[in-house]
Amino acid sequence: MQIYLPIAEISVNAFLLLGLGGMVGILSGMFGVGGGFLMTPLLFFIGIPPAVAVATEANQIVASSFSGVLAHLRRKTVDLKMGLVLLIGGLIGAGVGIEIFRALREIGQVDLLVKLTYVVFLGIIGSLMFAEGLNALKKSKTRAGKPAPRRGHLWIHGLPFKIKFRTSGLYISAIPPLAIGALVGILAAIMGVGGGFVMVPAMIYILGMPTKVVIGTSLFQIIFVTAFTTLMHATTNYTVDMALAVLLLLGGVVGAQIGTRIGLKMKAESLRLLLATLVLGVCGKLGLELLIEPSELFILGAGGE
Amino acid sequence: MIRILLALFLLASPAHASEHASEKVIAGLSQNRVAITANFDGTGILIFGAVKREAPPPTTEPLDVIIAVSGPERPVVVRKKARVLGIWVNKESRTVSSAPSFYAIASTGPLPKILSKSEDLRYKITIPRMVAEKAAADGLSNIDEFASAVIRIRQHNGLYTEKGGKVNLADQTLFDTQIALPSALVEGDYKARVFLLRDGRVIDDFSKTIAVRKVGLERWIYNLAHERPLIYGLLSLTIAILAGWLASTIFRLLKLS
Repeated sequence: MQIYLPIAEISVNAFLLLGLGGMVGILSGMFGVGGGFLMTPLLFFIGIPPAVAVATEANQIVASSFSGVLAHLRRKTVDLKMGLVLLIGGLIGAGVGIEIFRALREIGQVDLLVKLTYVVFLGIIGSLMFAEGLNALKKSKTRAGKPAPRRGHLWIHGLPFKIKFRTSGLYISAIPPLAIGALVGILAAIMGVGGGFVMVPAMIYILGMPTKVVIGTSLFQIIFVTAFTTLMHATTNYTVDMALAVLLLLGGVVGAQIGTRIGLKMKAESLRLLLATLVLGVCGKLGLELLIEPSELFILGAGGE
Repeated sequence: MIRILLALFLLASPAHASEHASEKVIAGLSQNRVAITANFDGTGILIFGAVKREAPPPTTEPLDVIIAVSGPERPVVVRKKARVLGIWVNKESRTVSSAPSFYAIASTGPLPKILSKSEDLRYKITIPRMVAEKAAADGLSNIDEFASAVIRIRQHNGLYTEKGGKVNLADQTLFDTQIALPSALVEGDYKARVFLLRDGRVIDDFSKTIAVRKVGLERWIYNLAHERPLIYGLLSLTIAILAGWLASTIFRLLKLS
């Protein structure tokens, strides 16, 4: 069944969009990532104009994250206090990121910046998670059942403005979460994603939060940052396609529910390894695109801006 | 059926053609409005017509017909990638101030054979002429490279098509062709042009506008997005949150039961 998208101005198969939304939704629920880093490139691939893809994807992430966070709220795996601190940083970061984006668009290098940021961040995070996941898996096999020792040596424990985060079982300074939130906000605006794939590892490795709480808290923060981004795109660029968003989120919300359930049944270590593999895969594909000579050297864009 | 109707129409129409033009083209379209609805998946337009004569046809050269349909013209930015420090980046860019979003040509024979260069220059019929002219006006130094990229990419996407031999011509009088409008149609006024040729020269032409418009829900969404962007954005968010909540609730109920 073909459907004509009013803002993107192209006709696409409705079931294809539902399927894409569902697949990415499952990943979103499993890993606590918005799924934007997978969906946005997929949308380019099926011919949606990049500006529309980025803006609409933000809207769709709101839906899948909201659906996912409700499931986590019921299981009390959301650290609301931590989420709020991250969110304050995130909104500041998103504002800064949108300014950077606008400045780079004027010199016509947004594409490159977006791809390079993807490759660098996905590469670093993917490798870190993969190595860590492998180690953890080895340890859990050899010393079955023994919990990993708490890391007490983190440098962030020396900073002022300490806050007690009861759900996470942490007593740390508010500065690192604020900074992480801001960094993720900048990335979210530049890359057109929720930023969960950066936030989740940052929460685990820098803040030292327990993995089960990380996913729900990340989703909680993503909802607000992407809602903010959606509104910015809708009012400045008119590039949010409601029809496209509805189709993607119908698939997405259902997928997120399934994904959350799969995620709860899986071991944290294997979950981490899977996400790392996924991140590295996307990174590799984008990296190759930059390195291999493209078959079409020219690209067309809308003019007259 | 259409041919019979046309023949009747021809017989009935009064002779108002000027004396010096011995052959005139009269044409019609199966539809001069295209409505883009939610399930729009491209459409076909039948363009048909006839040659009107005061005298018997000159027997020297065969008659040819070219039919071209063009979409609204918009500026296009063309960027060329180049390798910088081992990475492929957008380096040079040129703006072609206007290029048709869609262009389809059908003709009775191969274009280079039936259309002379000077006539193409005058009427801007072939695809390269349609784009190159604009590029030249923009003062592009390497017109060929950037303009031909526009043509190549749009041909690849099925937006520019050229089909020789797709116009049926019967008895040097009646002609018709089917032009397919793709699903990725941009809103605007499309122009259908019909050229009558002999010996590579255009002896008469005819043009008509096809209005391509979004209707119904498509229209409503598009207007809301452009006229009330804040409300549109908030509405999109509301839909997203409702859908998220609904899915979560449904799944919980399913699990409890």
